[in-house]
Amino acid sequence: MTDAVFEYLLRLGDNSLILGHRLSEWCGTSPILEEDIAISNTALDFIGQTQLWLGLAAERANDGRSADDLAMLRDAWDFRNILLVEQPNGNFGDTMMRQYLFDAWHVLILHGLCQSADTEISAIAQKVVKEVQYHIERSRDLVIRLGDGTAESHAKMQAALDRLWPFVGEMFHVDTVERDLIDRGIIPNVADLRGSFDAHVNDTLAQATLVKPASDFAHLGGKSGVRHSEHLGHLLTQMQWLQRAYPGATW
Amino acid sequence: MSDTKSQQWPLWEIFIRGQHGASHRHVGSLHAPDAELAIKHARDVYTRRKEGVSIWAVPTTAIAASNPDQKGQLYDPSDNKPYRHPTFFDIPKEIGGM
Repeated sequence: MTDAVFEYLLRLGDNSLILGHRLSEWCGTSPILEEDIAISNTALDFIGQTQLWLGLAAERANDGRSADDLAMLRDAWDFRNILLVEQPNGNFGDTMMRQYLFDAWHVLILHGLCQSADTEISAIAQKVVKEVQYHIERSRDLVIRLGDGTAESHAKMQAALDRLWPFVGEMFHVDTVERDLIDRGIIPNVADLRGSFDAHVNDTLAQATLVKPASDFAHLGGKSGVRHSEHLGHLLTQMQWLQRAYPGATW
Repeated sequence: MSDTKSQQWPLWEIFIRGQHGASHRHVGSLHAPDAELAIKHARDVYTRRKEGVSIWAVPTTAIAASNPDQKGQLYDPSDNKPYRHPTFFDIPKEIGGM
């Protein structure tokens, strides 16, 4: 159960599950109809990715649990998503900034995973990377438009960046699980991708007239599961209540 | 959002060319601040079930329309003129669909 590949598949699957759920919270309440549909589309993309990653995780664990069981019957401390994706939606600008920072990392890690020595992992990465390229085109565009928009939208985007930046470091933190997989050629060394990430982010923020926070302090503890924020538990009560109240319910 | 009317994004008419379709067809309209976002919105609103492979967005204000009040004079005269349809020719099989 502590197999590194299984752990890492949970990280990938939980990132997309939790972020997908967060985005789905916008359904019906977005500031404008077109964005409501676009954001719900993205949410569904992430749920689709979750099925692939948690599906493979369940297959590898081979302990009788399905992808659905992994998604709906684990409690907060068993989740392996990074802290960034469980942060609350805030305003639309907060959501778009969170999305952009995640997408900028996501697209790099998926390109790396396309080369994975594990052929099933590389197959999923190749399938998923296309839609993620669209995600980042959209989130980058909106960050630039809102950052370089009105005085109000600019202030909101700068506040979003200041609040979310401390969650960026965790994405590039290599722990023992990832070290093991890097050595086996299964995942890219995410620390090597930081330069590309910074270049992309610096360019986007410059166009958005936003200023990157000086401190690189990083909150850790999401992908290891040891220190999730209080927000995750609240999210799970909403996401999992149906399976908890009516075990095995289907439609 | 105190003055929603002036903050409303302009309207765009969206045309999509389907997988096998030769021409773009009008599918509906949406709001977007500019052409680039109109295409992005159209992608999300109208092609999410793989309806198309190409998108056109046209500002609604750029479309000239015929006057509905002139329906009679414009279209009624073409009633009962079946000889204007080329349906009276025998088309050789080799020609195929026309």
